[in-house]
Amino acid sequence: MLKHLSTYLYLRPGVVLLLLLGPPMLYMLVVYLGSLFALLINSFFYLDGYTGKVVHQFTLQTYAELLQASNMEIILRTVVMAGAVTLADAVVAFPLAYYIAKHASPKMKTWLYIAVTLPLWSSYLVRVYAWKLILAKEGIVSWFVNLLGLDGILGWLLHLPGIGGSSLSLSPIGMFIVFTYIWLPYMILPIQTALERVPKSYLEASGDLGAKPLATFRFVTLPLAFPGVVAGSIFTFSLTLGDFIVPLSLGNSRFFIGQAVYSHQGTSGNIPLAAAFTVGPVVIMIIYLLIARKLGAFDAL
Amino acid sequence: MHSKHSSPRESAPLALKLAAFGSLLFLNVPLLIIFLYAFTTDETTFTFPLPGVTTQWFAVALGRTDLWAALWLTLRVAAVATLVALILGTLAAAAVYRSNFFGKDAISLLLILPLALPGIVTGIALRSALGSLAIPFSYWTIVIGHATFCIVVVYNNVLARFRRTSGSLVEASMDLGANAFQTFRHVVLPNIATALLAGGMLAFALSFDEIIVTTFTAGQQMTLPIWIFSQLTRPRDRPVTNVVAMFVILITFLPIFFAQKISAGSADAGEEAR
Amino acid sequence: MNNNAAVSFEGVCRYFGDVRAVDNVSLMVRDGEFFSILGPSGSGKTTCLRLIAGFDRPTAGRILLYEQDVSQLPPYERDVNTVFQDYALFPHMTVGENIAYGLMIKKIPKTERQRRVEEMLDLVRLPDMALRKPGQLSGGQRQRVALARALINNPKVLLLDEPLGALDLKLRQQMQIELKTIQKRVGITFIYVTHDQEEALTMSDRIAVFNQGNVEQVGTPTDIYEHPATLFAAGFVGVSNLIRGELAERITGTQLPFSIRPEKIRLARMTEIPGPSTFSTTGCVRDVIYLGIFTRYLVELDGGGDLVVAQQNLETTSMEVLSAKGQHVRLIWSCDHIRHLEA
Repeated sequence: MLKHLSTYLYLRPGVVLLLLLGPPMLYMLVVYLGSLFALLINSFFYLDGYTGKVVHQFTLQTYAELLQASNMEIILRTVVMAGAVTLADAVVAFPLAYYIAKHASPKMKTWLYIAVTLPLWSSYLVRVYAWKLILAKEGIVSWFVNLLGLDGILGWLLHLPGIGGSSLSLSPIGMFIVFTYIWLPYMILPIQTALERVPKSYLEASGDLGAKPLATFRFVTLPLAFPGVVAGSIFTFSLTLGDFIVPLSLGNSRFFIGQAVYSHQGTSGNIPLAAAFTVGPVVIMIIYLLIARKLGAFDAL
Repeated sequence: MHSKHSSPRESAPLALKLAAFGSLLFLNVPLLIIFLYAFTTDETTFTFPLPGVTTQWFAVALGRTDLWAALWLTLRVAAVATLVALILGTLAAAAVYRSNFFGKDAISLLLILPLALPGIVTGIALRSALGSLAIPFSYWTIVIGHATFCIVVVYNNVLARFRRTSGSLVEASMDLGANAFQTFRHVVLPNIATALLAGGMLAFALSFDEIIVTTFTAGQQMTLPIWIFSQLTRPRDRPVTNVVAMFVILITFLPIFFAQKISAGSADAGEEAR
Repeated sequence: MNNNAAVSFEGVCRYFGDVRAVDNVSLMVRDGEFFSILGPSGSGKTTCLRLIAGFDRPTAGRILLYEQDVSQLPPYERDVNTVFQDYALFPHMTVGENIAYGLMIKKIPKTERQRRVEEMLDLVRLPDMALRKPGQLSGGQRQRVALARALINNPKVLLLDEPLGALDLKLRQQMQIELKTIQKRVGITFIYVTHDQEEALTMSDRIAVFNQGNVEQVGTPTDIYEHPATLFAAGFVGVSNLIRGELAERITGTQLPFSIRPEKIRLARMTEIPGPSTFSTTGCVRDVIYLGIFTRYLVELDGGGDLVVAQQNLETTSMEVLSAKGQHVRLIWSCDHIRHLEA
């Protein structure tokens, strides 16, 4: 019986393929792609302000709403934050990545790799929570700042318009720090990979040709490591763009894209607007990915 | 002429070392801080230095039925999502490994999309779809959401394992008289067992920790991450939250750690037997 | 060995799109013989083996196993076993479990399995290895386990796919003898695929020479070596000494191309007069390679082209043979020893 089924299938590889590929593809196409499609469609509907119901008619007015100043401000704010976080991560990640790639012994490398990926293994939510603790007004950072007598500077920072807030744990500065922290490993790894691919002989040749270490770094190492930086930036940019946990936990009333989506689909049930807001990051990421591909990031992944 | 020596690591400049070390601290210290705060006597704030040290909050946490309910739900969701991912992921990996067909590369891309696109996209997409179909939010909607991004984790692990095993093993088994099902049971399954385990553990950890998609696909249900999230925005139980946070770190850390060990171990064994 | 056909190919074709891996092949392997399929890479020899084993099915034609048409049967329905090129030992099982696999599938009881495994291990000279894992064995040992695993099932035909390719020379030669001995002892038909013509000549009762999906010639080693039927067979088995065209006419009197084996040619002085029933030509020794047992000379013929001459170093020393380089010589060989070829 089983043997006959086996022989039947053996002679028909097409049927086998269908049986193997069918269930997973069905699931992904129906559940996942189907939902994405539904989302896209929804962005072309609109929410009737009076009835509070979604009207299933094709229209571009939801997108028009998106282009309003207040909403564009949200998008801009999020993009700026994503950019700043990406830059910060690149700067902070580079020395560590460089050290691991160029100066660590193979044994050290395994340990360092674990040390870098360890945070990724812990709960994302908990790590955000940890920073709520650390940045709290009465928490570690405050205590430390107090110790160093830098209270004044902290106060000044918190009063800066746009990025300041009532305390570190409730301000864009705080968000910035947390974002930088959370995505850091995603930046370290691609840079490390890219740097490891730079053969030592290149650096030696550069020195041989008369370049001082700093010049070698600027003209040889950095350009060769750049694709790795771009690869890492894909993660940091994309993840920041879509995140709503950090803004909700550490932000103020000035929304980021994630919060906007979350709030619109919540009580107001404005799914079309929420959908339109989501389409934003997706489009931005597609453009970003295309540029990144040109810059050679995909080879560094 | 430079002599060829087996790359001695020149000592890094001090500035580099400090910067690198600084980054490492930056990465790992925050987690330790959680552990620290789990023992504070302070009930209402996050004061540093800790006013006192106590283990009472562990007992309190253990007594909270709502926490146990959340934990139980999270475990159930993770278990079923992992099971679905194991089956669908292995099927997909087998299909991709065995055959060359039109659109093969697209499969990997499709499977990784839930992880590649921001979680919020998956979340809102599912929510709007479920809403349109008037499907109520429930335990099952959470599972469906989780399975979408768990499949690819299993898929990658199993596919990599398939690619590392000798292709002629299946032929040898059939040559010796075993039909397809017997071959699967005696030859294929034992060989991918560790990959299934590793992939499964990763999927479990991913699901256990997931918050973004879950917020969109849960109705009244509260998973552990959702509980923690509510504490993030409206903190009511700081000390208990600290304990829970510490607990969650351990629970998600261990499966991933073991998954890595298994993958590394079987990589060596696989190379040996070739 | 009798004249029953163990395996028959009747007009078998296997096409992969435009590529004709096996192109209308018909041949017959006799019961109990050691039959080799010899050819270069891409000649279709491995494809033929896979067709017999059942890992592939012919695009056209029939494959018969002891008169039974097995063309559409899966591998587990054919009473044929294979020794794979990469041994394909199951890494998660011990040597003993590997060997017993076929028996385990057939649900043969454990005690019986153990007994037969020990028997097999003795046959391939690997006693007490039953509990080791394949990863702990050397290449030669793994090869023997693969052989045992196949033979234990008492198949009607044993297929071997270039099994000795990964072994070093000495081990390979030793295994060739062992395989031949085992085959004689067990009496099973062996079908052996190789690209090494020396191997095929050493071990086989009969050889099929393959080229680009076609059978060039089937015969005993002596047949193929001494009387190659086609240009390709002459060139692939043994050294290619081919003369054709005008030079052929001048030497033999007809324009038909012919081949002559290197060891059948004698190096003589220019002044020597060739005896009756011989052919002769002249040339200059371009290269001398001293190989201990014999010396190989590359002679550039006056009439164009060159011939390889191999002579045993019966009475000459290395100094003497090397001095032949650059000298003008006469080559003489018996008329009986040439073989005329169709192109």
